[in-house]
Amino acid sequence: MLNFVEWLATTKWSIALHESLYLYPWIESSHVLFICFFFGTLIFVDLRLTGKVFGDLSIAEMNKKILPLTIIGFCLMSLTGLLLFYAIPIRNYQNIFFRIKIFLILVAGLNALFFHKRMSKEAKNWDKDSLIPTTMKVSAVASLFIWSLVIISGRLIAYNWFDCDRQPQTEWINFLTSCVVEYQLYEEIDGI
Amino acid sequence: MESNQIIELFYFFEDSFIGQYIRDSTWLFPIIESFHLLGLAVLGGSVVLGDFRLMGFILKTEKISYVVRQTRTWFKFGFYLLVLTGVPLFLSEAVKCYYSRAFWIKMVCLVIGIAFTFLVRNPLVLKNQEGKLIPLLGFSSFFLWTVVAASGRWIGFS
Repeated sequence: MLNFVEWLATTKWSIALHESLYLYPWIESSHVLFICFFFGTLIFVDLRLTGKVFGDLSIAEMNKKILPLTIIGFCLMSLTGLLLFYAIPIRNYQNIFFRIKIFLILVAGLNALFFHKRMSKEAKNWDKDSLIPTTMKVSAVASLFIWSLVIISGRLIAYNWFDCDRQPQTEWINFLTSCVVEYQLYEEIDGI
Repeated sequence: MESNQIIELFYFFEDSFIGQYIRDSTWLFPIIESFHLLGLAVLGGSVVLGDFRLMGFILKTEKISYVVRQTRTWFKFGFYLLVLTGVPLFLSEAVKCYYSRAFWIKMVCLVIGIAFTFLVRNPLVLKNQEGKLIPLLGFSSFFLWTVVAASGRWIGFS
């Protein structure tokens, strides 16, 4: 994997993105705007399940009308996110917050999978006054909570507290970030 | 107010207890900033749903007043979270903000955005006004808040 991201970093477009004065900030700003589209609309889809908003619409209606926007937001957010990763591949790959973020996205994905499996089975028969099973409500709240953590950890990627080039770090940090550290070198420096 | 008085005021903000406290901490600025982003997502989502309804893209069978009423609470929630986190962020780097063009663009659009939302958009929409102006209202609001968000992000690049 490290070989792969090292190769990515040598590609022409990665270097161009990395060195561009304006393109990188523009992509990052649009990434933030697409977060509003994705997470901002997801909030209402999830809150509908807890019964807090849009009580006049059934859950199936709500999903049909709002989820397309959420999915478009997700696609554009992922696309700009991939570009941001591609601009600084090695550093992102070894960044602890990036890794936490990817892990959380996987958890959110599993939660969504579980959720939609049950939805497709049960929600067809629901109208706007149907009682929603507690597990589905929990899943909706969990979705909001996990995606919030994704956003927070995503913002923290920018900080280099645990980056590989800032040594010494504790062993478990270097383990979690797959840093290749030449300890011997540090011992020699300490010796001086 | 003369410009040297304004800069003095911004130095005063930066020297404030909260400003210093945040600067002295490694974690505080990034954590507050993360919640600022979260608030933006909440506000942004409410703006997207409300304004896309006004522009006629989504929820066409629902009344505009209903959609705005449903999203308004979350707009306010996002807004309070943004102010609550935005003010300390500003205090910690007020002088940098003074010299940042993005900051001033954001502030001007923010003031216009707040006035537009609460004095023009919401009152008109809640009265269930119909007509050709409604999509324009939605577009203007969406555009204003987009500029606020984007120029806000840009403060960090300068």
